[in-house]
Order: sequence, then structure tokens, then C-alpha cells
Amino acid sequence: MEAFWIILTGTLVATSCGLLGNYLILRRMAMMGDAISHAVLPGIVLAFFLTGTRDTIAMLIGAGLLGVLTTFIIDFLHKRGKLQADASIGVTFTSLFAIGIILISAFAGQVDLDQDCVLYGEIAYVPIDLWISNGGTILGPRAIWISGGVLILVLLLISLGYKELYLTTFDPSYAGVVGISVGLWQALLMGAVSMTTVASFESVGAILVVAFLIAPPATAYLLTTRFRTMLWLTVGIAFLTSTGGYVLAVAIDGSIAGAMATIAGILFAIAFVFGPEGGLMSRRKKQATLEESTVSAA
Amino acid sequence: MIKHVENPVLEVHDLTVSYARKPVLWDIDLTLPQGSLVGIVGPNGAGKSTLIKSILDLVPASSGYSKLFGDDLANVRRRVAYMPQRESVDWDFPASVLDVVLMGRYGKLGLFKRPRKADREVAHECLRKVGMEAFAKRQISQLSGGQQQRVFLARALAQEADLYFMDEPFAGVDAATEKAIIGLLQEMAEQNKTVVVVHHDLQSVVQYFNWVLLLNMRLVASGPTEQVFTNELLQEAYGGKLTLLTEVSELVQKGQFAAREKQGYRG
Amino acid sequence: MEAFVEFFSLRDPNIRYVVLGTILLTASSAVVGTFTFLQKKSLVGDAVAHAVLPGVCLAFLLAESKNPLLLIVGAFVTGWLSLVVIDTITRNSKIKEDTAIGLVLSVFFGVGILLLTNIQHSGNAAQSGLDSFLFGKAAALLPNDVRAFGILAVLLLAVVGLLYKEFKILAFDKNYAAILGLPVRALELTLTTLTVLAVVVGIQAVGVVLMAAMLITPAAAARFWTDRLSIMLILATTFGVISGVTGSFISYTATAMPTGPWVVVIISIIAGISFFFAPRKGIFFRVRRQMNNRRMILDENILKTFFNLGENDHSFKEARSWDQLLVERHFVPRRLRNGLARLRRQGFLERQSAGWVLTQAGFEKGKRTVRLHRLWELYLTQYLRIAPDHVHEDAETIEHVITPELEQKLQEKLGFPEVDPHQSEIPYR
Repeated sequence: MEAFWIILTGTLVATSCGLLGNYLILRRMAMMGDAISHAVLPGIVLAFFLTGTRDTIAMLIGAGLLGVLTTFIIDFLHKRGKLQADASIGVTFTSLFAIGIILISAFAGQVDLDQDCVLYGEIAYVPIDLWISNGGTILGPRAIWISGGVLILVLLLISLGYKELYLTTFDPSYAGVVGISVGLWQALLMGAVSMTTVASFESVGAILVVAFLIAPPATAYLLTTRFRTMLWLTVGIAFLTSTGGYVLAVAIDGSIAGAMATIAGILFAIAFVFGPEGGLMSRRKKQATLEESTVSAA
Repeated sequence: MIKHVENPVLEVHDLTVSYARKPVLWDIDLTLPQGSLVGIVGPNGAGKSTLIKSILDLVPASSGYSKLFGDDLANVRRRVAYMPQRESVDWDFPASVLDVVLMGRYGKLGLFKRPRKADREVAHECLRKVGMEAFAKRQISQLSGGQQQRVFLARALAQEADLYFMDEPFAGVDAATEKAIIGLLQEMAEQNKTVVVVHHDLQSVVQYFNWVLLLNMRLVASGPTEQVFTNELLQEAYGGKLTLLTEVSELVQKGQFAAREKQGYRG
Repeated sequence: MEAFVEFFSLRDPNIRYVVLGTILLTASSAVVGTFTFLQKKSLVGDAVAHAVLPGVCLAFLLAESKNPLLLIVGAFVTGWLSLVVIDTITRNSKIKEDTAIGLVLSVFFGVGILLLTNIQHSGNAAQSGLDSFLFGKAAALLPNDVRAFGILAVLLLAVVGLLYKEFKILAFDKNYAAILGLPVRALELTLTTLTVLAVVVGIQAVGVVLMAAMLITPAAAARFWTDRLSIMLILATTFGVISGVTGSFISYTATAMPTGPWVVVIISIIAGISFFFAPRKGIFFRVRRQMNNRRMILDENILKTFFNLGENDHSFKEARSWDQLLVERHFVPRRLRNGLARLRRQGFLERQSAGWVLTQAGFEKGKRTVRLHRLWELYLTQYLRIAPDHVHEDAETIEHVITPELEQKLQEKLGFPEVDPHQSEIPYR
């Protein structure tokens, strides 16, 4: 049963992250995902400190604000400060993350949060952290409810805004001309990324969440040329990542989140070498056929 | 030679456009008649694409404005179609030809609505017009440059607009395709639709367009092709940059001036 | 205060080691970071930094001790590997660079975390302190470490010194470097190797998680102060060292505090100050310059209005009243009052009982603005074919921008014309 809850949580988290990650990698904003996942840390710590509990709503608000602030600062440094884009991202998220770590050290003992949690989360404790209703009924692990709720929100966003997100990702200027607000959908997407990052934070930590954001969609991207298929594949890969990660972690006695990231990397490597779309093998083959045809033409 | 018309389908009024405060288009003032097939012609870096991007609000104007059908763009978006340059998107994007053409219907659909059967029919019809019907299911990454261009054209057609802006629709297409496309555009103009095309091949201007804009940082000429496409005006448009204008542009940029004094600050 | 004196007097040999170590570590990352910054490859450093963690862990697993040399080798190998992987992915698939960086960064780090937790769970006593590689612990630098990392840092700085000229061209314009016949590929390879080395050297003090900041932020801050590479390198190094030493001081006094975050916060503060207050490029400076421009435009417009009034009734020596000025041009009253006072202080206007009157200097300045306005209007109609009734707005701005040299050119180009497109006389000296 314990394994079930952990794998389920991992799958829910990886699915929410991966679905949003599809948009991030196609928009060439993968590093924005990286930046936001780091930068929400001070928001989490402050919310933690102010409420004194792991009140999820407060954390979501605190970190959500930080997520929006991060995109704002990066944009400000880039546009008003004329700092090149990559450096704007780098400067912003490292400083915010550093502040978060300092806050954790300073409040150590007062908050139930430590560096380990930041680094690789506490997914192993998911089964014992139960949500008990006022009537005393046990409703199952809290993390399931949180990550499940977030997944529903993510699904709502990408199904209701399917064509808007699709078009603003593929061709933003055309979207602007036909009257779809690029800025609005960008903000919604970034808001969803912040929220998902925060909700995943307790399970997998602030850094490994990046692996969940990027690796499954990148793998799916190598396996298909259809966007819908890519989304579905992401879900499947999320499940494989979570299950495989749990098995690996148990086998070698290490961090479950770290093992999940490792599996995500291995799945990508397999797709990269053997995948039909842009996999190393298929490229070789294409090249070979190309050479053959040129030879026969000559 | 700048000819103005009554009841224009497009009016550009004293439009100045700057990139990073540096003016790249100066005081463009023109009107276009309905039903014309317009070629925007000028040397590289003349600001041809910038002009249509500014009209479409993709690049902000430092001063001046554009009116389409006598109205602001926001109120007439459904009557305006755009075909960007092929290079503006990533063709590795996971999408099929039909997916892309259907995007032309998005503006008409409104929030939360999915394309319906009727939209698919329009999309297929537009693909047929550009001779790409057989490719509807093909992934866009597998298209040649000319085919990509035709897909974008079909997408613009699917908007079923009255005013079309096309950024170099003939770049990278073979002669047969170019002929087919221009036939299509001429047909549209005959149906009283207006088509504005950024074009860089001087050889074909007279044959293709009935109205020409000569552009080189400023508007050199605008009018019916036979009146505008003269040696004298072409020489003026292509006869090198106005160095003085370039120097002033750079001064404006360096000094961090607003390209125009804001009306409120009028001192 | 006591701790401060004790730390910065460097009497304690341990402290001396820590300070020396930190200086070398931060200096090397600042120097290498400047080049990666200029090549716009800042985030690659982030990937390398995270990717050294599995190397450190593997080296420990193999050696079962924290031998600095082995750890360096391990870190170097996986750091390098991460770059090779990023390169392979972007070259051989449709995956874009940002995705490849994020992927490699997080997966390598995940593997590192897996190994690290595995080591921690194994109960090996020698492992304690291995996690200081995550967030850095400068105060825990041992003489042995300082020697190993220090030698590396010196080596690195020496290589940069030797190849300074080549790196400069490479960072400035890669294609140009190729045309000059420089071995671009080999140079890039050297620079990437140096980046990995800088990361390997720096992690002891700052930790892998925040190492990227030590590569990016000093360079970004220095960029705001100068356009010259040599000065930029010196500034970046100085900024890096200041933050490094301060950070290790804090970690020395508050032992529970990891060094890395403090170093990063301090360098970020320095960067923040640079972004806002650096002369010429800082945000405040640019805002102020825009305000000065606006003021200058207002002043010239006031003098121009006096000149126009003088033209109207052929008398430039007459005093003009407040109302007269406002009728001639739509000034914002508050701005007009400030402008008049300022122009009087500067000697362009004199106050008389009936109002204000132009001095000789004010007359000349007003005349010049009017001249430039009319010359530009003429230029626009003649060369840009803009209708005479559309040129006024544009000239309202450009009259304030044109320099004396351009004025000369404009006059020559137009052949010292007599009148503008509206048949108003162009006033020359």
C-alpha cells in the first residue's frame, strides 16, 4: 500500500509537470521552468513561517506570487535593464533561491522545513502524512489530494485553452493578429507552472521538479510528431518514471525523487537512441537511405 | 508620388516606427483603395515587414496610427488576415498541415470553442486552392520550403478576410507555385478583397500588382503600378540610404529621446 | 566585532587558508564566467555546476574517502560529460538547447542526489561533510583542499592570461575569429574545459546548487560599469572576491549557515546596485538622462516661443508676459514656471516688470531651434517626400536632437535655403 501511494503521488506530480512542460519546451522556455521552480522557494518558506503550518493554500499563494514576481524581474532586467536574456534568468533565480535557503537556515527549528526537503522532497513520507477530516475520517494521504487537485486544474487549463495555448506556442505573432492575447496565455501558463512547482515541492523538492517538467515532454517529443499524442505519451512516461523510480530507489536504498529523475533521464536516453523521430538510429537510417538514393541517382 | 484615395480600405497616418528607440520608418502616410493587389517594394532593411507588422500591432508605433476599414484593428480583426514569413516559426513543431490551416479559424471561434466540421471543410477547401489537399495529414516537419509557404497561405485564406497582409509569400517557392499563388491573389482582388504583399523581386512587380508602395525607411511612392514603377522613383528608393536620416536615427537612439514628444508633455 | 577583527586580521592560519581559498575560487569563476557571459552561454554553467554532483559522489564511492584530488577528477569527468551530452542532443535531434540544458541539469543532479542519499544511508563515517558540496562550506576548507583547489585556480587563471587575446576575439565575434585563422573549435573546447574547471574549483566554497551565480552574476554586474573587457574582468573578479570573502566570514561566525547562499546574496546585492546605479548604463542614470532631455526640450521650446513671438511683431527685445507665452504655445503652466526660472538662472532670459525678455544668448539659442525646425521640415519634404502639412510634428522632436555637425551637413545638403516649406524665413546667424 505504501508503494502504491508513493507511486501514485509521483505519477500525479510528474503528469502535471510534464503536461505543462510540453508547452515550455516548445516555447523554448525550459529554463524559465527551471528558474521558477528555484525562485518560488522564499515564497514557500515565508508562507510556512507566517502561518506556522504546512497550510497548502498559503504556500500556493506565497509561491504563486513569487513565481509571478520572478517572471516580472527577469522581464524587467532584460527589457529595462538591457541585460541579456540568459543572464537575466540566471541572476534572478539564483538570488531568490539563495534567499530561500538562508531563510530556511535562519528559521531552522521554527519551521518544519530543511535543506534536504528543498533538494529532494519527502515523497517517502507521503503515506504517513494523512488527511483526516474534522469528523475523524481518514481521507488518505494529503499529498494525493494536493497533487490530484493541481492535476485537475492543469487539465482544465489545457483542455479549455487548448487552441489558445497551441497557437500562442506555435506562432505567437499570428495569434496576436487573430486576436488571441499572447501575454494573457503566457501569464496563465507561468501561473500554472508556479502552482504546480509548489504543489510538487514537498514531494520532490525544488530542483528535481525541473526533471519532471522537462524530461517526460522531451522524451515524448522524440517519439511523435503529433501534439495530442505527445501529451498522452507524457502521461505514460510520467507513470513509468514514477514506478521505475520507486523500484530503483528501493533497490539501491536512495532518494526516491532522485531515482525518479534518474529514470526520467534513462527513458529520454532510450528515446534518443531508438526513437522514430529524430532518434540517433532513425537519423542514421535516414542518412543511409539518403546516401543510397543519391548513389543510385548518380 | 504619393496618391491618396477616398474611402480607403487601409489608412496609415504619419506612422513612425522605432526599434530600441531607433526610428526605422519615418512618417509613413498612405491610403490604399479596396480591391487592389498591392506590392510593397524596396531594398533589404527598408522596413517592408516592419510596416505591415506595425499596421497589425505586432510592433508598436512611436507615433501615428493605422486605420483598417476606417476603424481600429481591434474592432475589425475578423476581416484581417496575415501570412508571416516562413522563418518566423519552428517547423519541428508537432502539428499536421491541417492543424496549421485550422489555426486560421481560431479567431472566428472564440474562447473555449473547438473547430467544427464546417471549419474543417473551409480548411480543406483552402488547402485545395493552394494545391496541398493531398498533404492534409502530413506533419509540417516533412514539408519542403515551398510547401510550408503554401500551408501558411492556406491558413491566411482560411481566415476568410477582406484584407490580407502577406510577408514574402514567394520566398523559396518554385516558379509553378509562384504562378499559382499569384493567380489566386489576383482572383481574390477581383472579388474586391485587398491583398498587401511584401515583395522583393523587381522583375515581376508590373505583372503581379496593380498598386505599388516604394519603401526605403520612408515612403518614396504609393500609387497605381504604372505611375509608381518608374525608373526615376525606383532609383530614389534603391539609390542607397539617406545617410543624414540614418545619422539622425542613431542620435535619437543614443540620446534616449522619445521618438516623439508625448502630447501631454508638450512643453 | 570581535569575530570581525579576528577574521579579517588573518592571524589564525586556518582563517588565512579559508580567505586565500575563497579568493582563488571566486576569482577563477568570475574570470571564466565573464567569457561565458559574453558568449551568451551563461546557463550552460548552471548545467555543469549541477552535473558535477554525481561525479563527486562516484569518486567518493570508489575511493571511500574524501580525497580532494579524486573528488576533483570525478567532478571534472561528469561536468565535462554533461557538456558533451548537451552538445550531442542538440546536434542530433530536434531538441532545442534550452531543453537540453534543463534536461541534463536536472537528470545529472537527480543521479547525484540518488548516489548521495545512497552513501548517506550506507552509514559510512567518512561521508560526513560530503553534503557541504551542495551549498558550500568555505569555513570547512582544510589546508589540503586549499592547496589542491588553489593550484587548479592558479592554473586556470594562467591559461586565461595566456589566451587572453584569443578569447577576447572569440567572445566578440566567433566568425571573425575563424576568418583570422584562429583555431576556433580548439579555443571553444579550452574555454568549456575552463568552465568545468572553474565550477569544480568553486563548489567547495559555494556549492553545486548556486555555483551558476558565481559564473553569471559577477560578469553581469561588471557589464553595467564598462564596455572594455579588461576592466570588466577586473571588476567581475573584485565583485566575486568581495562576495566570497564576506560570505565565508558569515559562515565562519554563524557556523550553521551554509556559505553559498550568503555569497550569492551578496553578489546579487552588488549586481542590483550595478543595475540601478552604474553610470551610463544603470537604470536610474538612464531615467535621469531622459528627464534631462525632457527639460532641455522644454527650455528650447520656451526660447523658441520667445523667438516666434519676436518674429510675429518684428521685435526680439520686447518683454513677453505669462499669458502671451501660453497663448503662443500650449505649455503645462507648472513646467513653464520652472522652465522660465531655470532659463533666467542660466542667463538666457531676464525678468522685467512686463514679463521676461530674451538675452543675447537666449536669442541665439531660440533662433537655432527655429532654424533646425525649419531646416528639418524642408529636408522631410524634399528628401522624404512628406507633404508640408505633415512635417511639423516630426520637426518638433528632431530640432532638439541635431548636433552642430549634422546642422552643417543639413544646410549644405539643402543648399542654405531661404525659406521652409511653409514659406517662413529660415533664420541664419
